[in-house]
Amino acid sequence: MPSLALQQFSSPGLQPFDLNLETGQCITLSGPSGCGKTRLLRAIADLDPNSGQIHLNGTPRDQLSPTEWRSRVGYLPAESHWWQTQVRDHFDAEKDTSQLEPLFQALGFTLDTLTWEIARLSSGERQRLALIRLLSGEPEILLLDEPTANLDRTNIEKVEALLERYRRDHNRGMLWVSHDPEQRRRVAQRALHFEKGKLMEGQWS
Amino acid sequence: MELIQLTPWDLSIAALLVVGLAILSWRLRLGIGQRMLWAMLRTIIQLTLLGLVLKTLFNQQNPLLIGLLALFMLGVASYEVMARQERRFAGSWGIGIGAIAMFSSSFSITLIAVHIVINVEPWYTPQYLIPLLGMLLGNTMSGIAITMDNLSQHAYLQRGAIEARLILGHGWDSAIREIRRNALRAGLIPIINAMAAAGIVSLPGMMTGQILAGSPPLEAAKYQIMIMLLIAAGTGLGSTLAVWIGSYRLFDERQRLRLDRLKGGRYTGT
Repeated sequence: MPSLALQQFSSPGLQPFDLNLETGQCITLSGPSGCGKTRLLRAIADLDPNSGQIHLNGTPRDQLSPTEWRSRVGYLPAESHWWQTQVRDHFDAEKDTSQLEPLFQALGFTLDTLTWEIARLSSGERQRLALIRLLSGEPEILLLDEPTANLDRTNIEKVEALLERYRRDHNRGMLWVSHDPEQRRRVAQRALHFEKGKLMEGQWS
Repeated sequence: MELIQLTPWDLSIAALLVVGLAILSWRLRLGIGQRMLWAMLRTIIQLTLLGLVLKTLFNQQNPLLIGLLALFMLGVASYEVMARQERRFAGSWGIGIGAIAMFSSSFSITLIAVHIVINVEPWYTPQYLIPLLGMLLGNTMSGIAITMDNLSQHAYLQRGAIEARLILGHGWDSAIREIRRNALRAGLIPIINAMAAAGIVSLPGMMTGQILAGSPPLEAAKYQIMIMLLIAAGTGLGSTLAVWIGSYRLFDERQRLRLDRLKGGRYTGT
């Protein structure tokens, strides 16, 4: 059974299509900007109105509450948003911080980072911390919108390694929007290309 | 003490001052002179008409006419609430939220006032009902307009943060909690300040009016206390109701932030 199955799925501006994301599979999405990649991820995360069928491990979305759906289908927007003063305030307060430690370390932080002020973070730090914040909820599916866009070489490698481990160790499926053909070749088992709102089986380049 | 009658001549002196101000604004290029003159004209016409309408109403004591006037006042206040919002809800919700909030707060509190507090016979005696309702509507209107404007504006500006919380599995209610609380606070601060400063910094309008009309100051003070407390209750109740309906309406059954329900709003994201 695919972990995420879309049938005749569409959202305003997107043509209906079918897509199966297998467990442990990473599918990359590419295409010119404005072609609908973000819209597709937002629709799957159920942030925008959409139509068609969508199943998570065989369960139709209507049978899951919106909060449950969104915690199991984790979406990482291209731009991260923060609403409190400290990094710590954005993490589940009931969660044991020692469980977070490997995530922080994997992207070059320590648990001390939890006390950092949001206002002082660089855009790259925000982006990496947003990924940690998302992964700490242990979603079953990842929808990643250019997760390495603002990062330098070293950090790109760290992020890719962390996501690769997350996918393998937990057998998670991912949809990954990437503009970099090299990256798509590195991370994906399957590549899809967007053209004028239509989804096509893509080339690697 | 006798009430000194004002002649049209007396009023034109006051009007001349405003005209002078408009000329000054024109000379200084403040660009507000025309609006000021227009507003002055509206004040003169509207209040004169109101005086005439109330005169007829007080003579007739007809419950149906009184009810019609009350509904008319509600309609105008609801329109004002809507017009003062930069981003308002599209469709009938735009005017509806303000109307429901003001109807539930102003009308019920006015009824409590005439029935229980003042205890007039009959309760619809227009000399009491209409001014009370007017004052309540006028003040709750401001509070609700500020609250709603604040809510929709901040929901729009902070949409990213709201959605970031939805994404992490928070419910709509917690995703908009701070914005709702701040909106409500903004709407209630004017009346809280007015209560705190009443009588020290400012002599409230109603009390001033009663004293000018010859009431003993202590009687005027008691009425003013009552009306301020009623206004505070009405504004608080109305704004709370409006902000709840408003924030509820910002999300749909799948708890998506629906800024497209605001006029001028549309889907975000590319």
